Amino acid sequence: MTVREQTTTGADALMRKSQAGAEVHALNVALARKMRRRGEESRFWWLVPTIYIIFLMLPIYWLINMSFKTNQEILGAFSLWPQDPTLRNYMVIFTDPSWYKGYINSIIYVVMNTVISVTVALPAAYAFSRYRFLGDKHLFFWLLTNRMAPPAVFALPFFQLYSAFGLIDTHIAVALAHCLFNVPLAVWILEGFMSGVPKEIDETAYIDGYSFPRFFVKIFTPLIASGIGVAAFFCFMFSWVELLIARTLTTTDAKPIAAIMTRTVSASGLDWGVLAAAGVLTIIPGALVIWFVRNYIAKGFALGRV
Amino acid sequence: MDKTWNNKAWFMVLPVLLLVAFSALIPLMTVVNYSVQDTFGSNEFFWAGTAWYEEVLESDRFWNSMGRNLLFSAIILGIEIPLGIFIALNMPRKGWGVPVCLVLMALPLLIPWNVVGTIWQVFGRIDIGLLGYTLSALGLDYNYVSDPFDAWVTVIVMDVWHWTSLVVLLCYAGLVSIPDAYYQAAKIDGASRWAIFRYIQLPKMNRVLLIAVLLRFMDSFMIYTEPFVVTGGGPGNTTTFLSIDLVKLAIGEFNLGEAAAMSIVYFLIVLLLSWVFYTVMTSYDAER
Repeated sequence: MTVREQTTTGADALMRKSQAGAEVHALNVALARKMRRRGEESRFWWLVPTIYIIFLMLPIYWLINMSFKTNQEILGAFSLWPQDPTLRNYMVIFTDPSWYKGYINSIIYVVMNTVISVTVALPAAYAFSRYRFLGDKHLFFWLLTNRMAPPAVFALPFFQLYSAFGLIDTHIAVALAHCLFNVPLAVWILEGFMSGVPKEIDETAYIDGYSFPRFFVKIFTPLIASGIGVAAFFCFMFSWVELLIARTLTTTDAKPIAAIMTRTVSASGLDWGVLAAAGVLTIIPGALVIWFVRNYIAKGFALGRV
Repeated sequence: MDKTWNNKAWFMVLPVLLLVAFSALIPLMTVVNYSVQDTFGSNEFFWAGTAWYEEVLESDRFWNSMGRNLLFSAIILGIEIPLGIFIALNMPRKGWGVPVCLVLMALPLLIPWNVVGTIWQVFGRIDIGLLGYTLSALGLDYNYVSDPFDAWVTVIVMDVWHWTSLVVLLCYAGLVSIPDAYYQAAKIDGASRWAIFRYIQLPKMNRVLLIAVLLRFMDSFMIYTEPFVVTGGGPGNTTTFLSIDLVKLAIGEFNLGEAAAMSIVYFLIVLLLSWVFYTVMTSYDAER
């Protein structure tokens, strides 16, 4: 029996019973008792989320904890918080160009990628959400396959392709390579948001004499501003978290912070404090902007399909 | 929404097409090219036909990586999906708890993947990590560097830590779309907690759950960075998943032909999975 059926039969039963006042009273009491019990149950609603969040935060806390310790303290005494907090690890990163340049490199190619991805995705998403055209479904599917393609498959050919163009170790190379998965992502997210805007708005604007570019910039873009923000955020994020392709395409001048970190692990394997501080600094951009996309985060991860 | 037929829309798609063609089609052609040729160095190539494919499909190494990867995907799906549903059901629906939960839970999703690896590499170490230290202090023989089982546990717990929130957020997005009237009706009927879940919440979460399963399966099928940073594929080859093996083959051993053939096989599998994903999604979109 489905819920809807259950509900209607329940309502019928209720009506039949309402003819007898005493029974209604009994039912109300039962209902109230049931609701009270639910209320008691929900008094512990915070328990599960809290335990889960503690599980999530512990490893991050440990990283932050380590970033404020000296190496002697990390390797020597085991302590739950820094006994002698130090900013030395952060000073190393902010004063050593080979460290802080990594952040600058990452930010440069990530921003380039975000701008390129969203710019080319906007008209395409509009086309997908408003028109049917020859091969549209195949094209949409093909875009999806690129989002799902394992980066490992592309690592070597990317290296050779960009070598041929002399683009190895440039920011634009990484930015273009990351378009592989970010452009499809941006198209899917934007298409989701655009399909939420009624088509009548377009038609009215055209009747009012707006040309397509003017309509798109003046009327349509403000309507999907939040969608553009979300798409940009997800492009930024997926480019920021990717390591394999970025590492393959760079050697020194455009090396991202992620690659610099892995180098430190393998080469010395000792400077845990600096490694932890570098890790903490890579979490900060995501932690800062997450507030603005909190309501769209599921939609973004699900390629705009929630 | 009924869409107008307009082939001029191709012009709007053109930039995307060119860009993705440049960063996907050309590299893919290179791979195809390598997969059917053999080389003795110094840029001399010989037609090798399907020899590389036969070698890949007959090699134990490929099937072992594949088996490990499938096992890994199965385990993390088996943990993350039920756990994600459970947590989503227990999340607050209104009040100050909602944004706090959303933001804190989403945090692991936004951490660079290699930093996720670093976090767990440090966290699990028996000398300096909270987890490893606590486990050894409790008398457990835990060491992910030398023990294959511990390495697997570490990689799985790491993935659960990293990605369960995705399932939670998707399920939560499905749950909040259920109108209050449904719950009130169930209350009047005196439906049990299980009945509410089975007949109201689960059907409403169907769609998002499907997305979650498919996304998690595909992403775990091509996982590279996190286990690579934590274990480097070791001890031995016990945590060498498909992507790690492929990179080892292509860049570590520079075995171009075999790596290329393996890439193509790998890519075809992903293509098939994407097709399933796409078919499922579009049929759902059509229903909507």
